Amino acid sequence: MRGIRAAAVVTLATALAATLTGCGGGTSTDEGGSNDSPKTLTYWASNQGPNIEADKKILTPELKKFEKETGIKVKLEVVPWSDLLTRILAATTSGQGPDVLNIGNTWSASLQATGALLPWDDKNFEAIGGRDRFVDSAVASAGAEGQPPAAVPLYSLAYALYYNKQMFADAGIDGPPATWDELVADGKKLSKDGKWALGAEGGNLSNNIHQVFALGQQHGDNFFDESGKPTFTTDGNVAAVKQYVDFMAKDKIIAPGNAEYAQNQSLTDFAKGKTAMVLWQAAASTFASQGMKPEDWGAAPVPVPSGAPGAGAQVNSMVAGINIAVFKNTKNIEGAKKFVKFMTSDGEQKLLNKTYGSIPPVAAAQSDPAFAAPDLKVLRDTLANSAAPLPQVPEESQFETAVGTAVKDLWADAASGTPVTTESVKKRLDKAQQQMQQ
Amino acid sequence: MTSTVTPPVRKSGSGADQGDGGARRRRLPRIPDRIRQGGLPYLLLLPAVLLELLVHIVPMVIGIVMSFRELTQLYINNWGNAPWRAFDNYKIAVDFDAPLGEALLHSFYVTCLFTVITVGLSWLFGMAAAVMLQENFRGRGLLRAVFLTPYALPVYAAVITWAFMFQRDNGMINHVLHDQLGLTDEPSFWLIGDNSFIALVVVAVWKSWPFAFLMLMAGLQNIPRELYEAASIDGAGIWQQIRKITLPSLRPVNQVLVLVLFLWTFNDFNTPYVLFGESAPEAADLISIHIYQSSFVTWNFGTGSAMSVLLLLFLLLVTAVYLVATSRGRKGSGAE
Amino acid sequence: MPNKALAGKARSPLAPPASFRWTRRIILAFLTTFALLPVYVMVSSSLKPLEDVTDTFQWIPSEITIRPYFDIWDTVPLAHYFMNSLLVAGAATVLSVTIAVFSAYAVSRYRFRGKRVFTVTVLSTQMFPGILFLLPLFLIFVNIGNSTGVALYGSRGGLILTYLTFSLPFSIWMLIGYFDSIPRDLDEAAKVDGCGPFGALFRVVVPAAIPGIVAVAVYAFMTAWGEVLFASVMTNDETRTLAVGLQGYATQNDVYWNQIMAASLVVSVPVVVGFLLLQRYLVAGLTAGAVK
Repeated sequence: MRGIRAAAVVTLATALAATLTGCGGGTSTDEGGSNDSPKTLTYWASNQGPNIEADKKILTPELKKFEKETGIKVKLEVVPWSDLLTRILAATTSGQGPDVLNIGNTWSASLQATGALLPWDDKNFEAIGGRDRFVDSAVASAGAEGQPPAAVPLYSLAYALYYNKQMFADAGIDGPPATWDELVADGKKLSKDGKWALGAEGGNLSNNIHQVFALGQQHGDNFFDESGKPTFTTDGNVAAVKQYVDFMAKDKIIAPGNAEYAQNQSLTDFAKGKTAMVLWQAAASTFASQGMKPEDWGAAPVPVPSGAPGAGAQVNSMVAGINIAVFKNTKNIEGAKKFVKFMTSDGEQKLLNKTYGSIPPVAAAQSDPAFAAPDLKVLRDTLANSAAPLPQVPEESQFETAVGTAVKDLWADAASGTPVTTESVKKRLDKAQQQMQQ
Repeated sequence: MTSTVTPPVRKSGSGADQGDGGARRRRLPRIPDRIRQGGLPYLLLLPAVLLELLVHIVPMVIGIVMSFRELTQLYINNWGNAPWRAFDNYKIAVDFDAPLGEALLHSFYVTCLFTVITVGLSWLFGMAAAVMLQENFRGRGLLRAVFLTPYALPVYAAVITWAFMFQRDNGMINHVLHDQLGLTDEPSFWLIGDNSFIALVVVAVWKSWPFAFLMLMAGLQNIPRELYEAASIDGAGIWQQIRKITLPSLRPVNQVLVLVLFLWTFNDFNTPYVLFGESAPEAADLISIHIYQSSFVTWNFGTGSAMSVLLLLFLLLVTAVYLVATSRGRKGSGAE
Repeated sequence: MPNKALAGKARSPLAPPASFRWTRRIILAFLTTFALLPVYVMVSSSLKPLEDVTDTFQWIPSEITIRPYFDIWDTVPLAHYFMNSLLVAGAATVLSVTIAVFSAYAVSRYRFRGKRVFTVTVLSTQMFPGILFLLPLFLIFVNIGNSTGVALYGSRGGLILTYLTFSLPFSIWMLIGYFDSIPRDLDEAAKVDGCGPFGALFRVVVPAAIPGIVAVAVYAFMTAWGEVLFASVMTNDETRTLAVGLQGYATQNDVYWNQIMAASLVVSVPVVVGFLLLQRYLVAGLTAGAVK
């Protein structure tokens, strides 16, 4: 009898499960959306300002403006970064999500592969003023090559070398280094008396990826080949990772403690004058909030082997930034496009990027004098000339985890005095690569 | 309260089952005659059953279904189209020669060790505190609240505070060990490298022992005073009383408590996640983080589910063995 | 009643020996330190300016400021999250305990078919890894919403339902244990006196099991209070709970350590006070047991 009862429960549960999975996620896969509810939109914004409340204060007046122009009411939710990707995944799986959302641009290809986002083909781009309004490198980081982008660039960022002017002067160094050799040489002069030359976020997987990606480019290699297969263990990539970790292991210009940093402690150290340089994207507002005056620090392009950043082997940054995307199953497809058009209009681009300290991916908006400040000019030039998109492959997040962890573990080796050799680097990267191929 | 009139013998409760089992067994068959009211017990269980079905059982069945499909980002938008993969997901998980399986196995070992140590210490601390606070003395109420404080702090805040304390350069732990006591030559890393295991255990014990304390404290209230009085009249000292009365009486509470602590600790996700972020150091690579990486981070819900199902099977096995073993122990001493 | 006084006196001549008192002092001192160390760090850090918090650790803050306690309300809608958490955890606790009391009563006092299946199944749900059923549960909620219009996803209701079920299995098991230890003759007697089964439950069994019920309630409350994973997926701006909302103090570029600590303390104070008030009932069982 007990068996019968148990069997009945299981049958019931399975039947329920079957019906539920039957309709589970069964969102329409046809050519995108409807106009069933043309008067409202839901928008998930990412956290760009100092905190979520600040974001709401910044965006709400703009959304009001949009409502006045179009009569469409936008319901805003600012989703913290810690939750954003999981929320998007859940939304993708269930079909229950916002109409418009911000995504980290490195997620573009992964999300594109789900087929849940509206593809920005020429027709859709026309609706927001045309693809050529946007900076090329920004559009290139909105989806896999050869496919219509899955999103539209919204805010752009790039890496720069931030340096402490006073510490440089004290060490008798004239200006920021332009090549890595100069950086190491300057670094050795700067690293003394409990002060260090360079900061790193060893525990931050994404940051590790961003740095070794640019170095890999300089060594002539990419982490994925043309066909999208991982190539982590090529000589160039191994050399790139080793070069980065060697700043601590061999050159001793990064403090060992940085190996565990994952909460932007390297910025705090910089603001306190404990380290002389950091490689960061648009750090100005953080420095200010940590009590640093604008004249205390300078920004320069991230060093490259030749000293002159450019394309190919002189790439010195990934294209960082935020894209705006539309969920295909939106009930207000026209409104969603209008909203993207509004957010990427010259006026909004100037205003929002100015507020957030980022660079507009819309070329026309860059002319605003606000983006001509010395540090932003560095970012702008980098984006225009010497930034390359991270590999736009569906497995991007796997890549970030696998290789980011490999680099994190190498930092731990370096910090604890375990030798970091070409072999040990290769072994870690090999393990990372094998994890990808499952 | 006046209705709780009862002869002292009957106050024995589960604590005194050992001596009382015979009486109870004789009593039991009488009950169905009196309370054979058919549907009433089922009615009482109905809400619990419905909720368990909705929130646990059905999702679980769906989870098992997921584990047989290829649910990568290519298919999550439309589950119906995800190809069936039979046992492929499982093969990947248990292929211990390949890096993924090897890492899973390693993480399994780490989790087992972590669980045994954490449950052991949490129970020990909880037990010690409960016994030491059994007697009334000044400040007992305050201490009770103090011991429950770790339980009252939001998990995220508590763990991030520990992470803050475990920082190498500015953390409180190294400040004490290195700067003040001079026990180490160099400040040690706690959040990366091998020490991360210690850090993880400390935080996990800190977080879970108040729960053991709470449950044991409640359990102690059920032990009749007469037992202690009788024992002390017989000349048993306090240590003997603890050994002969307190510990055996807590047996039923302990049986469930240890099991539940075990299950939680084994499945603990929040502690390692907040402490180490989405990639834990090898020495502290718990299986829950591992599964999270294999599903949410890499967007491969099929493999992640397969790993979870394997984990579930393991836990079922351990639980079954545990329950059989502990129940036999109880039967042996005359209860049930 | 006089017997109670007698019982109290009977213990006093046999006061614990010195060895026990010293062991007790040492153990309690150790556990107090262990429990309160992070709390002290929280308190002292919450009173420091951010520059000092991120600097070398100091036991005594060199500069004390209460600004973090004002800033916390502006950085994150803390009061709103707090109310959400209180509502969700409170409702989940009440429902969970009520349902668990009914179930445990049935299991403890009745013989019926499927009893063992029920208890074993319920216990086994405790071992389901949350990661495995997070997404399926989410899907079910969304589908229920789509087909019936009952919004479980993103609502407090859905979260209450989830959390109350999380604490249910353990609560049922613990209560079965507590109920079993209450002599059956008590409720038998009540039934003879004309109480129905519910009368026996509420007049006899529940009052006698107060310490167990309070312990289970505390557990149910804390389960809901601290849960992060499900809350991060199932809530939105409106319904976000504290456990998730506190992460708002750590943003992409800044981590407001002092505010995290201040906010955690502020929201924990009511809970600790609640514990202090409730622990009276944890002892109530003891006195009730001594009444003869």
